[in-house]
Amino acid sequence: MVYVERNVWSSLVVTAIGMIVYVVIVLQEADGGPLTTVDWAPIMFWTIGACIVASIVVSIVWGILAGMREPAGVGKSDVRDRDIARMGTRVEQAFIAIAGVGVLLLCAVQAEWFWIANTMYFGFAIAAIVGGIARVVAYRRGL
Amino acid sequence: MVKPTKVMNSIRALRDARGLTQAELAARVGVTRQTLIAIEGGRYSPTLELAFQLARVFGVGLDDVFQYPEE
Repeated sequence: MVYVERNVWSSLVVTAIGMIVYVVIVLQEADGGPLTTVDWAPIMFWTIGACIVASIVVSIVWGILAGMREPAGVGKSDVRDRDIARMGTRVEQAFIAIAGVGVLLLCAVQAEWFWIANTMYFGFAIAAIVGGIARVVAYRRGL
Repeated sequence: MVKPTKVMNSIRALRDARGLTQAELAARVGVTRQTLIAIEGGRYSPTLELAFQLARVFGVGLDDVFQYPEE
């Protein structure tokens, strides 16, 4: 597995776990009541921050372990990595655009801040997950 | 499973004939070993530039390395 593919896997797994953790915490905080009463902002930002840090840590640790097995491949990327990254970005953009339209519609109907923020959050998270899956599939099955 | 590219290649045969390992050939053309494996297995169509680099390493023409089937 090349360096860039490892990073894709790290981000994919960490983002999926982060999204699940966020949902669980929000539901716990709501405690059966309306979700809009939850103080979502600190939970969301801490989750995003933790995901970024975790993704970097996993990449570094995995990179060190992989480097011990194949020192020549450490940190290398090439034209195939760039082609796959470009394809993944195109997939991500489609989902971010959908989330953006959703946010605009929610603003138009003056929805609660909770729904507006969470539509954007899940748009980013799902875009990252679907884009990550597309990249992983391209690495495994071909581009 | 449908192969993502119709482009076929003779890299494996050319490489074996010259006693080159995948890692050595990958290093010669500046890609990772995994990318060379993907090209050899028909899972990635190389860029034109990379295709020319591969042909140059083998000292043959592009047609001797890559083939595209008739319709």
